[in-house]
Amino acid sequence: MNSTTTDIKTIWSYLEAIKDPEIPVLSIVDLGIVRDILFCKDEVEVIITPTYTGCPAMDMIAASIRAELAAKGFSTIKITHSISPAWTTDWMSEKGKQQLKEYGIAPPNPTQQVCNNALFAPDEAVQCPHCESWLTHRISEFGSTACKALYQCDKCREPFDYFKCH
Amino acid sequence: MSSKINYTLHLADNALILGQRNSAWCGHGPVLEQDIAITNISLDLIGQARSLYQYAAELTGGGTTEDSLAYLRTEREFSNCLLVEQPNGDWAQTLLRQFLFSSYQFYLYQYLQCYSDTRIAAIAEKSLKEVSYHLRWSSEWVIRLGDGTEESHRRIASALDELWRYTGELFLPAGYEKDLAIDVAALEYDWSKKIKNVFAEANLTVPGNVFMQTGGKSGMHSEYLGHLLTELQYMQRTFPGCEW
Repeated sequence: MNSTTTDIKTIWSYLEAIKDPEIPVLSIVDLGIVRDILFCKDEVEVIITPTYTGCPAMDMIAASIRAELAAKGFSTIKITHSISPAWTTDWMSEKGKQQLKEYGIAPPNPTQQVCNNALFAPDEAVQCPHCESWLTHRISEFGSTACKALYQCDKCREPFDYFKCH
Repeated sequence: MSSKINYTLHLADNALILGQRNSAWCGHGPVLEQDIAITNISLDLIGQARSLYQYAAELTGGGTTEDSLAYLRTEREFSNCLLVEQPNGDWAQTLLRQFLFSSYQFYLYQYLQCYSDTRIAAIAEKSLKEVSYHLRWSSEWVIRLGDGTEESHRRIASALDELWRYTGELFLPAGYEKDLAIDVAALEYDWSKKIKNVFAEANLTVPGNVFMQTGGKSGMHSEYLGHLLTELQYMQRTFPGCEW
Protein backbone atom coordinates (compact mmCIF):
# COMPACT_ATOMS: atom_id res chain seq x y z
CA MET A 1 0.00 0.00 0.00
CA ASN A 2 1.26 3.49 -0.77
CA SER A 3 1.50 6.33 1.64
CA THR A 4 -0.97 8.80 0.20
CA THR A 5 -3.61 11.01 1.76
CA THR A 6 -6.33 8.76 0.43
CA ASP A 7 -4.84 5.86 2.32
CA ILE A 8 -4.82 7.77 5.59
CA LYS A 9 -8.47 8.65 5.05
CA THR A 10 -9.23 5.01 4.35
CA ILE A 11 -7.51 3.97 7.57
CA TRP A 12 -9.62 6.49 9.51
CA SER A 13 -12.71 4.93 7.96
CA TYR A 14 -11.54 1.46 9.06
CA LEU A 15 -11.19 2.72 12.62
CA GLU A 16 -14.74 4.10 12.45
CA ALA A 17 -15.85 0.48 12.60
CA ILE A 18 -14.30 -0.05 16.04
CA LYS A 19 -16.65 0.68 18.91
CA ASP A 20 -15.84 1.55 22.49
CA PRO A 21 -16.40 -1.73 24.37
CA GLU A 22 -18.21 0.08 27.21
CA ILE A 23 -20.44 2.11 24.85
CA PRO A 24 -20.96 -0.13 21.83
CA VAL A 25 -22.73 2.51 19.72
CA LEU A 26 -19.85 4.94 19.78
CA SER A 27 -16.84 4.53 17.50
CA ILE A 28 -13.41 5.25 18.95
CA VAL A 29 -13.01 7.98 16.31
CA ASP A 30 -16.22 9.76 17.38
CA LEU A 31 -15.19 9.42 21.02
CA GLY A 32 -12.04 11.38 20.17
CA ILE A 33 -9.51 8.90 21.49
CA VAL A 34 -7.79 8.30 18.13
CA ARG A 35 -5.44 11.27 18.00
CA ASP A 36 -3.52 10.60 14.83
CA ILE A 37 -2.65 8.01 12.22
CA LEU A 38 0.80 7.88 10.65
CA PHE A 39 1.41 5.78 7.60
CA CYS A 40 4.81 5.26 6.06
CA LYS A 41 5.87 2.52 3.65
CA ASP A 42 3.97 -0.44 5.05
CA GLU A 43 3.96 0.58 8.68
CA VAL A 44 0.87 2.13 10.19
CA GLU A 45 0.99 3.85 13.55
CA VAL A 46 -2.17 4.72 15.46
CA ILE A 47 -1.92 7.18 18.33
CA ILE A 48 -4.58 6.79 20.98
CA THR A 49 -5.28 8.53 24.28
CA PRO A 50 -7.32 7.27 27.26
CA THR A 51 -10.42 9.09 28.48
CA TYR A 52 -9.32 8.46 32.09
CA THR A 53 -5.93 7.07 33.13
CA GLY A 54 -7.50 3.96 34.63
CA CYS A 55 -9.79 3.24 31.69
CA PRO A 56 -9.85 -0.58 31.56
CA ALA A 57 -11.01 -0.56 27.94
CA MET A 58 -7.72 0.70 26.50
CA ASP A 59 -6.09 -2.72 26.12
CA MET A 60 -9.15 -4.06 24.37
CA ILE A 61 -9.34 -1.03 22.09
CA ALA A 62 -5.68 -1.43 21.13
CA ALA A 63 -6.29 -5.13 20.40
CA SER A 64 -9.35 -4.27 18.27
CA ILE A 65 -7.34 -1.77 16.23
CA ARG A 66 -4.67 -4.38 15.60
CA ALA A 67 -7.22 -6.98 14.58
CA GLU A 68 -9.11 -4.58 12.31
CA LEU A 69 -6.02 -3.32 10.51
CA ALA A 70 -4.51 -6.79 10.22
CA ALA A 71 -7.73 -7.99 8.62
CA LYS A 72 -7.41 -5.14 6.12
CA GLY A 73 -3.96 -6.33 5.12
CA PHE A 74 -1.57 -4.19 7.14
CA SER A 75 1.41 -6.16 8.37
CA THR A 76 3.22 -3.73 10.66
CA ILE A 77 0.90 -2.06 13.13
CA LYS A 78 2.11 0.12 15.94
CA ILE A 79 -0.14 1.49 18.67
CA THR A 80 1.21 4.45 20.60
CA HIS A 81 -0.38 5.72 23.80
CA SER A 82 -0.30 9.44 24.33
CA ILE A 83 -1.67 11.35 27.32
CA SER A 84 -0.76 14.93 26.49
CA PRO A 85 -2.73 16.98 25.68
CA ALA A 86 -5.22 15.32 27.97
CA TRP A 87 -8.43 13.98 26.46
CA THR A 88 -11.45 16.23 26.76
CA THR A 89 -15.11 15.75 25.88
CA ASP A 90 -14.64 18.62 23.40
CA TRP A 91 -13.01 16.03 21.15
CA MET A 92 -16.20 14.01 20.88
CA SER A 93 -17.85 14.51 17.49
CA GLU A 94 -21.38 15.85 17.04
CA LYS A 95 -22.31 12.56 15.42
CA GLY A 96 -20.95 10.76 18.47
CA LYS A 97 -23.02 12.93 20.83
CA GLN A 98 -26.16 12.17 18.82
CA GLN A 99 -25.40 8.43 18.95
CA LEU A 100 -24.92 8.56 22.71
CA LYS A 101 -28.27 10.23 23.15
CA GLU A 102 -30.03 7.66 20.98
CA TYR A 103 -28.39 4.94 23.08
CA GLY A 104 -29.83 6.48 26.26
CA ILE A 105 -26.74 8.25 27.59
CA ALA A 106 -26.95 12.03 27.91
CA PRO A 107 -24.05 13.51 25.92
CA PRO A 108 -21.66 16.02 27.52
CA ASN A 109 -22.98 19.58 27.54
CA PRO A 110 -21.32 21.82 24.95
CA THR A 111 -20.10 24.24 27.57
CA GLN A 112 -18.63 23.06 30.81
CA GLN A 113 -20.77 24.17 33.69
CA VAL A 114 -19.60 22.63 36.92
CA CYS A 115 -16.19 21.24 36.12
CA ASN A 116 -14.68 23.28 38.90
CA ASN A 117 -13.89 22.75 42.53
CA ALA A 118 -16.70 24.80 44.01
CA LEU A 119 -18.24 22.72 46.77
CA PHE A 120 -21.91 21.80 46.73
CA ALA A 121 -22.27 23.48 43.36
CA PRO A 122 -25.78 23.21 41.91
CA ASP A 123 -26.32 20.18 39.69
CA GLU A 124 -25.43 20.71 36.08
CA ALA A 125 -28.59 20.99 33.97
CA VAL A 126 -28.69 17.82 31.90
CA GLN A 127 -31.40 16.89 29.43
CA CYS A 128 -33.03 13.50 29.83
CA PRO A 129 -32.07 11.38 26.79
CA HIS A 130 -35.41 9.53 27.00
CA CYS A 131 -38.11 12.23 27.28
CA GLU A 132 -35.99 15.35 26.65
CA SER A 133 -37.08 17.00 29.89
CA TRP A 134 -34.63 19.32 31.61
CA LEU A 135 -36.14 18.45 35.00
CA THR A 136 -33.43 16.06 36.08
CA HIS A 137 -31.18 15.72 39.10
CA ARG A 138 -27.83 14.18 39.82
CA ILE A 139 -27.78 11.01 41.91
CA SER A 140 -23.98 10.61 41.91
CA GLU A 141 -21.13 12.31 40.13
CA PHE A 142 -19.53 8.89 39.72
CA GLY A 143 -21.31 6.42 37.48
CA SER A 144 -21.01 2.96 35.94
CA THR A 145 -17.69 3.92 34.33
CA ALA A 146 -15.19 6.66 35.16
CA CYS A 147 -16.45 8.89 32.34
CA LYS A 148 -20.09 8.96 33.44
CA ALA A 149 -22.25 10.44 36.21
CA LEU A 150 -25.61 9.09 37.31
CA TYR A 151 -28.76 11.19 36.86
CA GLN A 152 -32.48 10.67 37.19
CA CYS A 153 -35.28 12.36 35.26
CA ASP A 154 -37.95 13.95 37.47
CA LYS A 155 -40.51 13.79 34.68
CA CYS A 156 -40.30 10.26 33.26
CA ARG A 157 -38.54 8.98 36.44
CA GLU A 158 -35.98 7.03 34.40
CA PRO A 159 -32.42 6.96 35.70
CA PHE A 160 -29.77 7.58 33.07
CA ASP A 161 -26.03 7.98 32.59
CA TYR A 162 -24.58 11.38 31.76
CA PHE A 163 -21.27 11.46 29.91
CA LYS A 164 -19.76 14.11 32.13
CA CYS A 165 -17.74 16.97 30.75
CA HIS A 166 -14.06 16.48 31.36
CA MET B 1 18.94 9.51 36.74
CA SER B 2 18.36 7.37 39.81
CA SER B 3 16.73 10.28 41.63
CA LYS B 4 14.27 10.59 38.80
CA ILE B 5 13.47 6.88 38.99
CA ASN B 6 13.07 7.08 42.76
CA TYR B 7 10.83 10.11 42.52
CA THR B 8 8.65 8.53 39.82
CA LEU B 9 8.34 5.43 42.02
CA HIS B 10 7.40 7.57 45.01
CA LEU B 11 4.54 9.15 43.01
CA ALA B 12 3.47 5.76 41.67
CA ASP B 13 3.58 4.10 45.11
CA ASN B 14 1.41 6.84 46.62
CA ALA B 15 -1.22 6.27 43.94
CA LEU B 16 -1.08 2.47 43.99
CA ILE B 17 -1.25 2.07 47.77
CA LEU B 18 -4.19 4.45 48.18
CA GLY B 19 -5.90 2.83 45.19
CA GLN B 20 -5.45 -0.58 46.84
CA ARG B 21 -6.78 0.69 50.17
CA ASN B 22 -9.86 2.26 48.57
CA SER B 23 -10.59 -0.82 46.48
CA ALA B 24 -11.29 -2.76 49.68
CA TRP B 25 -14.55 -0.76 49.92
CA CYS B 26 -15.85 -2.43 46.75
CA GLY B 27 -19.16 -3.99 47.73
CA HIS B 28 -18.97 -2.54 51.27
CA GLY B 29 -19.75 1.17 50.71
CA PRO B 30 -22.42 2.73 52.94
CA VAL B 31 -24.74 3.19 49.93
CA LEU B 32 -24.39 2.00 46.36
CA GLU B 33 -23.57 5.44 44.85
CA GLN B 34 -20.74 6.03 47.32
CA ASP B 35 -19.45 2.50 46.87
CA ILE B 36 -19.22 3.32 43.15
CA ALA B 37 -17.59 6.67 43.89
CA ILE B 38 -14.79 5.32 46.08
CA THR B 39 -14.04 2.47 43.67
CA ASN B 40 -14.01 4.93 40.74
CA ILE B 41 -11.41 6.93 42.64
CA SER B 42 -9.53 3.72 43.25
CA LEU B 43 -9.52 3.01 39.51
CA ASP B 44 -8.25 6.52 38.72
CA LEU B 45 -5.42 6.13 41.22
CA ILE B 46 -4.39 2.72 39.90
CA GLY B 47 -4.48 4.18 36.37
CA GLN B 48 -2.17 6.98 37.46
CA ALA B 49 0.10 4.46 39.16
CA ARG B 50 0.33 2.44 35.95
CA SER B 51 1.41 5.45 33.87
CA LEU B 52 4.07 6.26 36.45
CA TYR B 53 5.33 2.67 36.84
CA GLN B 54 5.56 2.34 33.06
CA TYR B 55 7.76 5.42 32.97
CA ALA B 56 9.89 4.21 35.91
CA ALA B 57 10.29 0.84 34.18
CA GLU B 58 11.47 2.53 30.97
CA LEU B 59 13.95 4.64 32.91
CA THR B 60 15.23 1.57 34.77
CA GLY B 61 15.57 -0.59 31.68
CA GLY B 62 16.60 -4.26 31.74
CA GLY B 63 13.71 -6.59 32.39
CA THR B 64 11.85 -4.15 34.63
CA THR B 65 8.13 -3.80 33.94
CA GLU B 66 5.24 -1.96 35.57
CA ASP B 67 4.19 -5.31 37.03
CA SER B 68 7.56 -6.18 38.52
CA LEU B 69 7.65 -2.76 40.17
CA ALA B 70 4.19 -3.14 41.68
CA TYR B 71 4.27 -6.82 42.56
CA LEU B 72 7.85 -7.77 43.29
CA ARG B 73 9.36 -5.01 45.38
CA THR B 74 9.54 -5.42 49.13
CA GLU B 75 8.11 -3.14 51.79
CA ARG B 76 11.36 -1.22 52.30
CA GLU B 77 11.54 -0.52 48.57
CA PHE B 78 8.16 1.22 48.57
CA SER B 79 8.46 4.95 49.14
CA ASN B 80 4.82 5.99 49.49
CA CYS B 81 3.97 8.44 52.25
CA LEU B 82 2.66 6.99 55.52
CA LEU B 83 -0.74 8.63 55.10
CA VAL B 84 -1.89 6.46 52.18
CA GLU B 85 -1.07 3.14 53.87
CA GLN B 86 -3.15 3.85 56.99
CA PRO B 87 -6.08 1.47 57.43
CA ASN B 88 -9.53 2.30 56.08
CA GLY B 89 -11.09 2.44 59.54
CA ASP B 90 -14.68 3.65 59.22
CA TRP B 91 -16.12 5.72 56.35
CA ALA B 92 -15.01 8.93 58.10
CA GLN B 93 -11.39 7.81 58.29
CA THR B 94 -11.34 6.70 54.62
CA LEU B 95 -12.91 10.00 53.57
CA LEU B 96 -10.60 12.15 55.59
CA ARG B 97 -7.54 10.26 54.34
CA GLN B 98 -8.76 10.85 50.78
CA PHE B 99 -9.35 14.53 51.42
CA LEU B 100 -5.94 15.11 53.04
CA PHE B 101 -4.21 13.28 50.20
CA SER B 102 -6.30 14.59 47.26
CA SER B 103 -5.73 18.18 48.34
CA TYR B 104 -1.99 17.46 48.48
CA GLN B 105 -2.07 15.71 45.09
CA PHE B 106 -4.09 18.57 43.62
CA TYR B 107 -1.44 21.21 44.38
CA LEU B 108 1.42 18.84 43.62
CA TYR B 109 0.11 17.96 40.15
CA GLN B 110 -0.65 21.61 39.46
CA TYR B 111 3.02 22.23 40.13
CA LEU B 112 4.25 19.17 38.23
CA GLN B 113 2.28 19.85 35.05
CA CYS B 114 4.85 22.57 34.32
CA TYR B 115 7.80 20.41 35.37
CA SER B 116 10.77 20.13 33.00
CA ASP B 117 10.40 16.37 32.50
CA THR B 118 7.68 16.29 29.87
CA ARG B 119 6.58 12.75 30.66
CA ILE B 120 5.93 13.52 34.33
CA ALA B 121 4.32 16.81 33.31
CA ALA B 122 1.94 14.98 30.96
CA ILE B 123 0.94 12.44 33.60
CA ALA B 124 0.35 15.28 36.08
CA GLU B 125 -1.76 17.22 33.60
CA LYS B 126 -3.88 14.19 32.81
CA SER B 127 -4.26 13.12 36.45
CA LEU B 128 -5.13 16.59 37.66
CA LYS B 129 -8.48 16.41 35.90
CA GLU B 130 -9.32 13.27 37.87
CA VAL B 131 -7.92 14.56 41.16
CA SER B 132 -10.20 17.61 40.85
CA TYR B 133 -13.20 15.29 41.12
CA HIS B 134 -11.65 13.42 44.05
CA LEU B 135 -10.95 16.65 45.89
CA ARG B 136 -14.42 18.07 45.40
CA TRP B 137 -16.12 14.85 46.38
CA SER B 138 -14.01 14.25 49.49
CA SER B 139 -14.25 17.92 50.59
CA GLU B 140 -18.03 17.71 50.46
CA TRP B 141 -18.00 14.53 52.52
CA VAL B 142 -15.70 16.00 55.18
CA ILE B 143 -18.18 18.88 55.54
CA ARG B 144 -21.19 16.58 55.48
CA LEU B 145 -19.78 14.42 58.27
CA GLY B 146 -18.19 17.20 60.31
CA ASP B 147 -21.28 19.38 60.16
CA GLY B 148 -23.69 16.44 60.35
CA THR B 149 -24.91 14.51 63.37
CA GLU B 150 -23.25 14.17 66.73
CA GLU B 151 -22.03 10.71 65.76
CA SER B 152 -20.68 11.68 62.32
CA HIS B 153 -18.84 14.63 63.88
CA ARG B 154 -17.37 12.43 66.59
CA ARG B 155 -16.17 9.92 64.02
CA ILE B 156 -14.48 12.38 61.70
CA ALA B 157 -12.93 14.25 64.62
CA SER B 158 -11.40 11.02 65.86
CA ALA B 159 -10.19 10.20 62.31
CA LEU B 160 -8.50 13.60 62.27
CA ASP B 161 -6.87 12.84 65.58
CA GLU B 162 -5.54 9.61 64.09
CA LEU B 163 -4.40 10.85 60.66
CA TRP B 164 -3.08 14.36 61.20
CA ARG B 165 0.32 13.10 62.39
CA TYR B 166 0.96 11.66 58.90
CA THR B 167 0.53 14.95 57.02
CA GLY B 168 3.82 16.61 58.02
CA GLU B 169 5.83 14.17 55.93
CA LEU B 170 4.16 15.35 52.72
CA PHE B 171 6.01 18.66 52.87
CA LEU B 172 9.39 17.40 54.05
CA PRO B 173 11.52 16.83 50.96
CA ALA B 174 13.11 13.38 50.61
CA GLY B 175 16.56 13.03 49.03
CA TYR B 176 15.17 12.45 45.54
CA GLU B 177 12.96 15.52 45.81
CA LYS B 178 15.92 17.65 46.87
CA ASP B 179 18.02 16.28 43.99
CA LEU B 180 15.34 17.19 41.47
CA ALA B 181 14.59 20.54 43.12
CA ILE B 182 10.95 19.60 43.65
CA ASP B 183 9.88 22.10 46.24
CA VAL B 184 7.24 20.20 48.20
CA ALA B 185 7.59 22.55 51.16
CA ALA B 186 6.22 25.35 48.99
CA LEU B 187 2.96 23.43 48.51
CA GLU B 188 2.13 23.56 52.20
CA TYR B 189 0.77 27.11 52.09
CA ASP B 190 -1.99 26.39 49.56
CA TRP B 191 -2.70 23.01 51.10
CA SER B 192 -3.12 24.47 54.58
CA LYS B 193 -5.42 27.15 53.26
CA LYS B 194 -7.63 24.56 51.57
CA ILE B 195 -7.71 22.38 54.70
CA LYS B 196 -8.54 25.36 56.89
CA ASN B 197 -11.42 26.47 54.65
CA VAL B 198 -13.00 23.04 54.47
CA PHE B 199 -12.50 22.37 58.20
CA ALA B 200 -14.11 25.72 59.04
CA GLU B 201 -17.26 24.63 57.19
CA ALA B 202 -17.06 21.20 58.77
CA ASN B 203 -16.76 22.53 62.33
CA LEU B 204 -13.39 20.84 62.68
CA THR B 205 -10.35 22.43 64.25
CA VAL B 206 -6.97 22.19 62.57
CA PRO B 207 -4.83 20.40 65.17
CA GLY B 208 -2.11 22.44 66.83
CA ASN B 209 1.41 21.26 67.41
CA VAL B 210 1.36 17.54 66.85
CA PHE B 211 4.42 15.30 66.61
CA MET B 212 4.68 14.37 62.93
CA GLN B 213 5.56 10.82 61.88
CA THR B 214 8.01 10.48 59.01
CA GLY B 215 9.85 7.74 57.16
CA GLY B 216 7.49 6.42 54.49
CA LYS B 217 9.07 8.44 51.70
CA SER B 218 12.39 6.77 52.42
CA GLY B 219 11.04 3.26 52.91
CA MET B 220 10.49 3.18 56.70
CA HIS B 221 6.83 2.29 56.99
CA SER B 222 4.17 1.77 59.62
CA GLU B 223 3.25 -1.83 60.44
CA TYR B 224 0.34 -1.67 57.99
CA LEU B 225 2.18 -1.62 54.67
CA GLY B 226 3.62 -5.14 54.92
CA HIS B 227 0.17 -6.61 55.45
CA LEU B 228 -1.25 -4.61 52.57
CA LEU B 229 1.53 -5.85 50.27
CA THR B 230 1.04 -9.51 51.19
CA GLU B 231 -2.49 -9.20 49.86
CA LEU B 232 -1.59 -7.05 46.84
CA GLN B 233 1.34 -9.24 45.79
CA TYR B 234 0.00 -12.66 46.79
CA MET B 235 -0.86 -13.95 43.30
CA GLN B 236 2.42 -12.94 41.67
CA ARG B 237 4.46 -14.29 44.58
CA THR B 238 2.58 -17.60 44.59
CA PHE B 239 2.30 -18.09 40.83
CA PRO B 240 5.18 -16.05 39.36
CA GLY B 241 4.30 -14.53 36.00
CA CYS B 242 0.64 -15.52 36.15
CA GLU B 243 -1.69 -13.57 33.86
CA TRP B 244 -5.46 -13.23 33.74
